Amino acid sequence: MAEVAFVRHEMEPPQAPPSGQVGPARWLRENLFSSWLNALLTIASVALLWWLVSHMLPWFAHGVWNAGSLTECRQIIQATWGEGASGACFAVIRERWQQFLFGFYPVHLYWRPTLTFFLLLAALAPVLVSELPRRLLWFSAAFPGLCYWLLWGGSLWVPIAIYAGFVVGHLAQRLLAAAGYGLVAPFAAALATVLWWLYLVGPVADAFASVVPLALTPVASKLFGGFMLSTVIGMTGIAFSLPLGVLLALGRRSDMFIVKALSIGFIEFIRGVPLITLLLVATFLLNVFLPPGTNFDIILRVIIMVTLFAAAYMAETIRGGLAALPRGQYEAADALGLDYWKSMRLIIMPQALKISIPSIVGNFISLFKDTTLVAIIGLLDPLGLVTSIRADSNWNGIVWELYGFVALLFLLCCYGMSQYSRYLERKLRTDRR
Amino acid sequence: MAEPHPVDASELEPVDTSRLKVSDEPAIQIIGMSKWYGQFHVLRDINLTVYKGERIVVCGPSGSGKSTLIRCINRLEEHQKGQIIVDGVELTSDLKNIDKVRSEVGMVFQHFNLFPHLTILENCTLAPIWVRKTPKREAEEIAMHFLTKVKIPEQAHKYPGQLSGGQQQRVAIARSLCMRPKIMLFDEPTSALDPEMIKEVLDTMIELAAEGMTMICVTHEMGFAQAVANRVIFMDQGQIVEQNEPKEFFNNPKSERTKLFLSQILGH
Repeated sequence: MAEVAFVRHEMEPPQAPPSGQVGPARWLRENLFSSWLNALLTIASVALLWWLVSHMLPWFAHGVWNAGSLTECRQIIQATWGEGASGACFAVIRERWQQFLFGFYPVHLYWRPTLTFFLLLAALAPVLVSELPRRLLWFSAAFPGLCYWLLWGGSLWVPIAIYAGFVVGHLAQRLLAAAGYGLVAPFAAALATVLWWLYLVGPVADAFASVVPLALTPVASKLFGGFMLSTVIGMTGIAFSLPLGVLLALGRRSDMFIVKALSIGFIEFIRGVPLITLLLVATFLLNVFLPPGTNFDIILRVIIMVTLFAAAYMAETIRGGLAALPRGQYEAADALGLDYWKSMRLIIMPQALKISIPSIVGNFISLFKDTTLVAIIGLLDPLGLVTSIRADSNWNGIVWELYGFVALLFLLCCYGMSQYSRYLERKLRTDRR
Repeated sequence: MAEPHPVDASELEPVDTSRLKVSDEPAIQIIGMSKWYGQFHVLRDINLTVYKGERIVVCGPSGSGKSTLIRCINRLEEHQKGQIIVDGVELTSDLKNIDKVRSEVGMVFQHFNLFPHLTILENCTLAPIWVRKTPKREAEEIAMHFLTKVKIPEQAHKYPGQLSGGQQQRVAIARSLCMRPKIMLFDEPTSALDPEMIKEVLDTMIELAAEGMTMICVTHEMGFAQAVANRVIFMDQGQIVEQNEPKEFFNNPKSERTKLFLSQILGH
């Protein structure tokens, strides 16, 4: 048997790693040339990339920005780069970019959507970045009303009267709770709000408007289009589908049979039906069910459908987050005496939502992209606009430039969302174990 | 079920149990209580009165229903028959009563169940602020007081994931104490801990007992039972098989089941 006893008398001093084990050389070897297969793949990928770039670069470089039609573009390219040269005709984007942003919104009113867009950024900031003062959230809460007023015009009193509905509901709840009907108070509050919206918003807004008009030139929904339309539908859908999804997810896990059954029924129905079907129902069928004479705005109908659709998926995503939480979290919250809503709000939801951030943002992204489906029901979203621009005899036959432009804008928005989700995940990572 | 880690009573801080008074006012009354999981009869006709100031240790083999019993006391589990009256409030399906009882009864879990998304301080102030409506400033003072008491005030702004198991369990105790509970329930508080951390948690519990807190503790730490308990309850098959004061219970067990259990957990 070998000697087992060993004693070290002198400690080794630390040494620098051997050359080739640090810096770019090491990175290259580890990541690109770690094995024969890896080296082969690296070379093949570089070759493929080179092939793609070498074909696309001239197309971009030959691009024409100043022309009145596709034919003119082609003439310019051939005159400059010789017979048979190919190039992009970006002139169409230069000519139509405003349409891509605003659709057929009246040109002299472009300042309204532009202003709304910057206000949107201001309203989103405190929601997205928790370091900003919490008081700014009041602006975020007021923004939807402001946005509606700026985009659609009309009297400012309408959104104010709609907001007043919440005050009415709150008062109803306070009064009933004070009178000792705490249990029915929330339902009565909801009922009061709905009644207010149905019967009193119109008269009240008219009454105030007759004293102080505060009106902007109204703009009809059919003039809305382009990215403005996508953003309006997408953002509203995102803003409402998350809370609705949370409620549905809680409903699906509820102990109350009816609530549970309704939630499951809703979720499964919506998930089982294609969004296009819902949009077609919104366009053609919804009016059949509504009282005759009611004219329910088409964009509002689409927003409702998109929101309901996204909420069903959101509910399932959040349910996954809820299921991933250990039972001990529910028990600890219960054991401290927190009631159901408090424990959901303070303990369960913050954790469940955090777990589901990647999939929630994934849902947001797909909702935003799905807004292009409204082209099918004749709304002029960016894709609808592409079709109508291509129908113009000047630009007939142009494909890559238009779809590429639309793709680029969507890519920017969606990449932004996914970057935000990664930032949020990093920021909320507190449970290092 | 975790391995029992018997800690010798002599290693723990000595408590002068004779100084601790047990009142003759009941804190918890359990009368003819039964519980079923589906068809399975987990708790069978439990009758138990806990007086204010009592330190009760519940032990028994795994599956004997001891955890279920104390989880019934704050209605984490629902009982199907009989009565449970905690501090004068009977536990029924009335949510108000349940929340009231829960806010008066602190509970410490085997797996700590701290809220990982909140700091230690926020873990401790959450319930006082939202349930007791204590102003934030005051809640933070109370929290720091109890965190100092469990000897980890310097960790207040860390997150639970950054603490050791023993520290987390002490935070969990502090979190319960911040609600100023009248009764504390411990559900195998040391079973998930590494052996060297068991003592720090037991010492915290002993300190609490020395202050006269009414406590019920499900544990395998017989050293702890000998040091602080005024009553040891042995459960098997969902029933209370034997209860006695610790000295008698350990030195002179009456039932065969108890003898077998004690020889298994003490005899190695």
